Amino acid sequence: MAVTDTNRERRRRAPFAKWVKTTLLTLGSIAVTMLGLVFVTFIIGRVMPIDPVLSIVGERASQSTYDAVYLQLGLDKPLIVQFWYYLWDVIQGDFGMSLRTARPVSDDIARVFPATLELATIGVFIGIFLGVPLGVIAAVRRGSWIDQIARVVALVGYSMPIFWLGLMGLLLFYGILGWVSGPGRLGIFYEDIVPTRTGMILIDSAIAGEWAVFRNAFSHIILPASLLGYYSLAYISRMTRSFMLEQLSAEYITTARVKGMSESAVIWRHAFKNIRVQLITVIALSYANLLEGSVLTEIIFSWPGIGSYITTSLLSADMNAVLGGTVVVGLIFILLNIFSDLLYRFFDPRSK
Amino acid sequence: MKTLNTLMKGAALGLALGLMAAPATFAETPSNMLVIAHRIDDLTSMDPAESFEIQGSDASRNMYMKLVNLDPTNLDGGYVAELAESWTVSEDGRTITFTIRDDINFHSGNPVRAEDAEFSLRRAILLDKTPAFILKQFGFTPENVEQTIVADGNTLSITTDKRYATSFVLNCLTATIGGIVDKELVMANEVDGDMGNTWLRTNSAGSGAYRLVSWKPDESLTLQSNPDFHLGAPAMERVIVRHVIESASQRLLLERGDIDVARNLNPEDVAGASNADNVVIHDELRGRLMYAALNQKHPELSKPQVRQAFKYLIDYEGMQNSFLKGQYTTHQNFLPKTYLGAVDENPFSLDIEKAKALLAEAGVDGMELELGVREAQERIEIAQSLQNTAAQVGIKINITVGTSKQILARYRARELDIYVGAWGPDYPDPHTNAGTFAYNPDNSDEANATGLLAWRNGWDTGGLTEMVDAAVVENDRETRAQMYRDIQAQFRETSPFIVMFQLTEQIGRQENVQGLSLGGPITNAAYWNVTK
Amino acid sequence: MNTPTSYRAWLLTDAPTSRNHARLSSFYKGWLSFRSNPMAMFGLGILIALLLIALFAPILAPHDWQAQDLSNRLQPLGTPGHILGTDSLGRDILSRLIEGTQITLYIVTLVALIAPVAGLLVGTVAGYAGGWVDVVLMRITDIFLAFPRLVLALAFVAALGAGIENAVLAISLTAWPPYARIARAETLTIRSSDYIAAIRLQGAGPFRIIIKHIWPLCISSLIVRVTLDMAGIILAAAGLGFLGLGAQPPSPEWGAMISEGRRFILDHWWVATMPGLAIFTVSLAFNLLGDGLRDVLDPKDGDSQ
Repeated sequence: MAVTDTNRERRRRAPFAKWVKTTLLTLGSIAVTMLGLVFVTFIIGRVMPIDPVLSIVGERASQSTYDAVYLQLGLDKPLIVQFWYYLWDVIQGDFGMSLRTARPVSDDIARVFPATLELATIGVFIGIFLGVPLGVIAAVRRGSWIDQIARVVALVGYSMPIFWLGLMGLLLFYGILGWVSGPGRLGIFYEDIVPTRTGMILIDSAIAGEWAVFRNAFSHIILPASLLGYYSLAYISRMTRSFMLEQLSAEYITTARVKGMSESAVIWRHAFKNIRVQLITVIALSYANLLEGSVLTEIIFSWPGIGSYITTSLLSADMNAVLGGTVVVGLIFILLNIFSDLLYRFFDPRSK
Repeated sequence: MKTLNTLMKGAALGLALGLMAAPATFAETPSNMLVIAHRIDDLTSMDPAESFEIQGSDASRNMYMKLVNLDPTNLDGGYVAELAESWTVSEDGRTITFTIRDDINFHSGNPVRAEDAEFSLRRAILLDKTPAFILKQFGFTPENVEQTIVADGNTLSITTDKRYATSFVLNCLTATIGGIVDKELVMANEVDGDMGNTWLRTNSAGSGAYRLVSWKPDESLTLQSNPDFHLGAPAMERVIVRHVIESASQRLLLERGDIDVARNLNPEDVAGASNADNVVIHDELRGRLMYAALNQKHPELSKPQVRQAFKYLIDYEGMQNSFLKGQYTTHQNFLPKTYLGAVDENPFSLDIEKAKALLAEAGVDGMELELGVREAQERIEIAQSLQNTAAQVGIKINITVGTSKQILARYRARELDIYVGAWGPDYPDPHTNAGTFAYNPDNSDEANATGLLAWRNGWDTGGLTEMVDAAVVENDRETRAQMYRDIQAQFRETSPFIVMFQLTEQIGRQENVQGLSLGGPITNAAYWNVTK
Repeated sequence: MNTPTSYRAWLLTDAPTSRNHARLSSFYKGWLSFRSNPMAMFGLGILIALLLIALFAPILAPHDWQAQDLSNRLQPLGTPGHILGTDSLGRDILSRLIEGTQITLYIVTLVALIAPVAGLLVGTVAGYAGGWVDVVLMRITDIFLAFPRLVLALAFVAALGAGIENAVLAISLTAWPPYARIARAETLTIRSSDYIAAIRLQGAGPFRIIIKHIWPLCISSLIVRVTLDMAGIILAAAGLGFLGLGAQPPSPEWGAMISEGRRFILDHWWVATMPGLAIFTVSLAFNLLGDGLRDVLDPKDGDSQ
């Protein structure tokens, strides 16, 4: 009797224990990856031949000024001690002060990240809403002219240097045609009108009901977002087509057709439903890439995002800023991966 | 391009209006606002005791008043009284006593007192940030400031360690570091004994024409006018400096009327923008010099004939008339034009044969050298031009491009064979350049005088150091000027520095923008006289 | 037996007589299928042309690629003697593009040799060894995967100094993790196969198994992936060049040429556009080739046939 009881209990507890174990393992692997990320960045920062002291004191400082700053930064301590101090601060959410911008790195990130988030989100939406249908149609009409166009669109997207396309786009749509606004996030007339809530101007202005600001912000963001969107479209449409082809050649599709199901039902209710899971992974990857901040796009459009923030900081040896930015970007990458894994489990009947 | 422009515009008009009304409606900036496009990613601090780059100094000049200052409408006139209404020099020439005006208030409403001036100058020495050397050269130290910088009632006395030319001292006080800050306000924001440094890096506490509203790094800098400014409320109530990196982007913004002034236009975009109806190009001579330096630690480069040969290997004319057109003009002396003692003698020109002869005389038959340059396009092109001409005499130059910090670190460590870069004066006195190009009291590695260009290139100056020392204490203006002319005559022939060009800043502005001064060769931009 | 047709028959046989015969035969069949894809052939054609241009660069270039002429700068397209115009220092753009093919090929070849091999090594070892080796290696892979790619490359170049070799290393450093993942996944499926079990029973050591038996099976999917990534690699090198951290002047690396030319984009658009087109053409060629190779080598993806 006793044996059966224990067995029953074990059976009841098993899924829960498994869940705890999976969660712990996931959290553990995030922690280890993050630690590794911080460590590698830290090492890069310290072995760089760019002198962080020099970037504070500038070209003409005397040796005594230089030495004072050197001590102040704790650069005289052993590397491992410096790393430990840094790690301890990061765990408490303190990334230190940026040497370049003279304010806490966390404040800087709170300022630049929403700019990138706004741009990347619109970009990936453009990629999804144009890329997925294009991929599906290309797969369904395989070999037709629309498939060829989709292929060319995607290949051009894969092959075009983004900075060249960006400059040309700016020249055409802003300089010559005047359809969109120029570099920057907002016209100066619209600055400081809406209070900063999320840091994303489109959302902030919508909350405040300032539609003139919204329109202006939109006319600024649409060109760089379309540019990023195009690159994401190229990737998403190509992958969608590939996934769809695989499904369309499957047996169950033939069966459904034989049963007399309408073509659109076959495509959307059966085939497409089955590629959702794979698509989510692809979209998450594409989104993560955009969130890293497209440095070159940001430079050309004077977009104060996280990509150009990290790059500029790196070039001026502002290691606190680089570390902070990298940790945040890395964390987002990891979280997006986990998120797409979770969705995978949710949608995919096999993994249940 | 022009016809295409018009055509496209016409065709696109309907769509553009329908799509986005916003940009079309506001084609120009408001009449009380000045919008400037400028690269501001070098900006690291707004504290006058710390600020040292062009953008920070520009803003600082408009936010802080100084004891003596330079008048943007008469820059040639030299320093004039500002917060000090008058000053006297003691018998031994070491103490200058300023009488402070009693009718000026800070933006906070606090009156400007001698005590604030005392606090500001002492603070600059005590904080010992980069520009502190400008004041420290008078012998001020953190230990002696309580005796050497003293306020008494409405006067402030400063006592230098020896007698210097009074004009030298006063010229130094017109530098950014001479800005007088609001003691009460600054000390109210002190954290951990930093004398308000952290706070002042992102705030202002001055009495000048403008106060700082916000500085968003890599984005914008916003100034608000001071209605009680002692010269009258500025016409431009707001000045916004927007960070725009690309010259092409700045030009597009200017041509479309979205900005009033574009500060980083390259020669091609200047030429292009000048064709636009609404744009005027404004030229202003600045103090920045472009030079090449030969490291004297290199056995061949330290030969006098080799140094001389390199001066004939620069295509001054060709560069000035091509990719530097309009922005850099040949200038072969270390004092920029308009400085006391400046000379306009440019004896060198590209002469391959002469260079060959000099090299042969020195017994140099081909060598390989490393040239370091930071990643700024016109400098890279100057380097490539030199690489090209040097190749014609059998010298192979390998160019290393790096970020400014990387190249600078190697230059300061005396590691580069050749350096191509720029140097801008720090204050409107000839000593600012003489004291670095031609001054090097101890050339040993241990001296580590990394602030001195002569030291960085391992050059002992061949006796110029003493001449510079003598010039800086000479009080007769004409004698002093002659001393600098003599120093430069020797410098031109013997030094390992090839001073090549002086900068003429070319900015694009809207036709209606008047009265903008960039500061000429001696100081920074002033916005308070601007009208539209 | 000596007529071409019989060679063909020999290659197309269903009953190969030796291992080499089988290999050649399957290679030939793959080639036939590849050849029927006009887009892929077009890509291959461009790349062969690129190779020839690189080989004969000094003969093909109409001018010395470094010869400066400041009085003849920024000449437009179609200028006599300078078909593609001249750049800021008056150098012939066409000659520089031709010389630049060598650099592009150099970058592409080196990255293609380093990154996939590193990925293959890490992935197969992790997959085959399993256990803590797998955990450690895969964690490292994840760390590098989570890094912002351009930042990692930038940091690396900034640390070692700008230059083509360092740019190549930096790009490889950011490019290997996806290969490691692919190789690991392939290894996991191969490892448990009867074929590997049989070899292990014959007494082969783990390294021998990995190198002689697992690597060859992973290579086809890697080749496809590498070819498709080539465009990204060229663009990444160009991006570093654009930021001034790639090839050093006066080297005519295409990305650096765009970077130099972008100052004149409004009035002298061709200076940046010509290298832009060159990059585009080569990237496109690699993509077309990769698409074609995938159809031949990796049919399970089911993409266009």
